[in-house]
Amino acid sequence: MAHFSFFILMQREFKIASRSVQQFLLPISFFSLVVLLFPLGLNPSPQLLQTIAPGILWVAALLAILLSLDNLFREDYEDGFIELLVLSPRPLALLLAGKVAGQWLIIILPLLLIATLFGIFLGLPSHSLSTLLISLLIGTPCLMLIGAIAAALTVGLQQSSVLITLLLLPLYLPVLIFGSSAVQHASTGLSTNPQLYMLSSLLVLTLTLAPLAIAAAIKISLSQ
Amino acid sequence: MMLTHYLHKIASPQAFYLFCGRCLPWLIGLFFIVLALGLYGGLVTAPADYQQGDAFRIIYVHVPAAWMSLFIYLVMAINAAVALIWRIKISEVIVVSSAYIGANFTFLALITGSLWGKPMWGTWWTWDARLTSELVLLFLYFSIIALYNAYEDKRVASKAISILALLGVINIPIIHYSVVWWNTLHQGATVTKLDKPSIHIDMLIPLLQMAFAFNLYYLISLIQRARNEILKREFNSLWVKKLCQESSNE
Repeated sequence: MAHFSFFILMQREFKIASRSVQQFLLPISFFSLVVLLFPLGLNPSPQLLQTIAPGILWVAALLAILLSLDNLFREDYEDGFIELLVLSPRPLALLLAGKVAGQWLIIILPLLLIATLFGIFLGLPSHSLSTLLISLLIGTPCLMLIGAIAAALTVGLQQSSVLITLLLLPLYLPVLIFGSSAVQHASTGLSTNPQLYMLSSLLVLTLTLAPLAIAAAIKISLSQ
Repeated sequence: MMLTHYLHKIASPQAFYLFCGRCLPWLIGLFFIVLALGLYGGLVTAPADYQQGDAFRIIYVHVPAAWMSLFIYLVMAINAAVALIWRIKISEVIVVSSAYIGANFTFLALITGSLWGKPMWGTWWTWDARLTSELVLLFLYFSIIALYNAYEDKRVASKAISILALLGVINIPIIHYSVVWWNTLHQGATVTKLDKPSIHIDMLIPLLQMAFAFNLYYLISLIQRARNEILKREFNSLWVKKLCQESSNE
């Protein structure tokens, strides 16, 4: 029964998001604008853009996810839904994991599409595009799960968006390093297995531990 | 049995406050003696380095500060676990107080490293693995301090930063090794090789003395911060009121 509640929460998240297009559009417009800054801020020479493309795309994806985190628990916290979850007999970690998974699904599909598009615009060789997608597919759930811990810790606070950024960016470095270096290696024709294996192990680690930390953080936020 | 009884006793804020107050003058005295020994050994008696000349002597501040920056995070994480599991008030206080001191030591390590880097590597800063992970550590300390100050209720704040500290301590090795993998230039560690350290014994002894002095400094400043924090948190309790009356009568 317990795993059932995970999917119900995920479905609920998806349903709420499907009622407003904004939920889907906001992260990808933010992503596109961040990517747009780089050719304008540096210079549009194809060689330069091609070498820094993996970094740009990964940083933009990371920032887009960071942006979405501030609202992850806020509405449910304010209307009391989170309290109901805490009171329910089902394991809180599992319920919250379902919520995070739902949010991730909302963000990831548009993000993958737009990342492919901008990968081509920035001149990434076509054989490295699949690595970009795989690395985003493995890396972004880590970012979501770690981010959810910080979102849970700051949900009851004012100015939480600045605080979340300060809390999270240091913790996001490993995912960023492995993700963008996987794409870099792919575009120069080197093997990307080491990076992808490291990303996968980070994913396993966060999948197992982060839900527990999110649950503990939510309880602390509720206790004040 | 004796030990657990003793630990329970010292874990009460009042006992901790009074016990540490009595220890403080002794610790300060010891600190100045060890510091003087270390500084004399490091600046006067240690031979100059055959490659770096006298410039290497900044090692006596830089390396202990870098050690302390990691050590304090570890102390903080252990106390965070204790605070979350057994809800011991003193541990909560130690977590917060350590964050400020740890940030200071990390900053000191970065600054002295930068001063050392200019004559040796010809640059103030490079994106080398150890420098970068030290910088990240500074931001981890900042995030803990910022989260603590964002909460009104300081007991809730302590629990929140305890979770963050534990999250950080899992992440520090991952961050460190991912950054090492990304780029490295820094000279290898010269002391941790147990069989035959690649540093001369006359240089090593002052270094260890300085490290001990830094530890004492941490302890002293931790005690003072923790005592302040305890007074702030317990200002409603009877013993604090009594203490205030006594000191105002004097």
